[in-house]
Amino acid sequence: MNPGDVLAQRVFTITRADLVAYAHASGDHNPIHQDEEVALSVGLPGVIAHGMYTLALVGTAVAEWTGSAEVVDLGAKFTSPVVVPADGGAEVVVGGTVKSVADGLVTLALEVTCDGKKVLGMPRAVVREATVSA
Amino acid sequence: MPVDPSLVGREFPAPAPLTVTAERVGDFAAAVAHPGEDVPPTFPIVLAFDAMQAFLDAEAIDLHRIVHGEQRFAYARPIAVGDELSATLTVTGLRQIGGADIIATSSEITDASGAVVCTGKATLVHGGAA
Repeated sequence: MNPGDVLAQRVFTITRADLVAYAHASGDHNPIHQDEEVALSVGLPGVIAHGMYTLALVGTAVAEWTGSAEVVDLGAKFTSPVVVPADGGAEVVVGGTVKSVADGLVTLALEVTCDGKKVLGMPRAVVREATVSA
Repeated sequence: MPVDPSLVGREFPAPAPLTVTAERVGDFAAAVAHPGEDVPPTFPIVLAFDAMQAFLDAEAIDLHRIVHGEQRFAYARPIAVGDELSATLTVTGLRQIGGADIIATSSEITDASGAVVCTGKATLVHGGAA
């Protein structure tokens, strides 16, 4: 991987069923991710994806791009909710470029959007260069 | 109701350690479409969430009034099946914006030997207009 490399964009469709599966796997059963009434009652526009689900999908894209390289840093601000409708789903697009390669670490610049709007602020992933096998 | 400002600096351990089993990792990996056999990087949220829930329970804060504002993980080493992980959350900051509490936390995730495996920094947004 070299600085400036553009990584293949990854598109994920998130459904309510995905959120239920993620709730079980992660232990996060916050009803704002499953129950429209509760979500609306706390001022949200509808059922929203767990921020950590969106970040997990970023982790999946990073694993695919790097051949499951060792991740040393991963994070983001959840700046805009991903609203998941009862029918169909929400499409989350994860794009990335190689920002820098230095001191044995590869830093990726990421852009994560839903309906053309950024949903993560300052998303960042850093992997260990020696473990990149893509 | 605003969160008690004296919380800053207090620690909340997860109630029990978590043994990383192939089943748990497999369920998590399937839910997030993670390729390969390694442990997905956001898996330690399972432990960090337990510690956060202990904090919310202790302070009688409703989970459904919490929105996750930010999460960052720094990893000292990859997590592997067989690890026994524990987590302790520390409240590192508290401020109010527009009637919402912005709670900054840091969760240290350690293995059975006590070595730090991963540190998770989270911002939790509590309440607000609703």
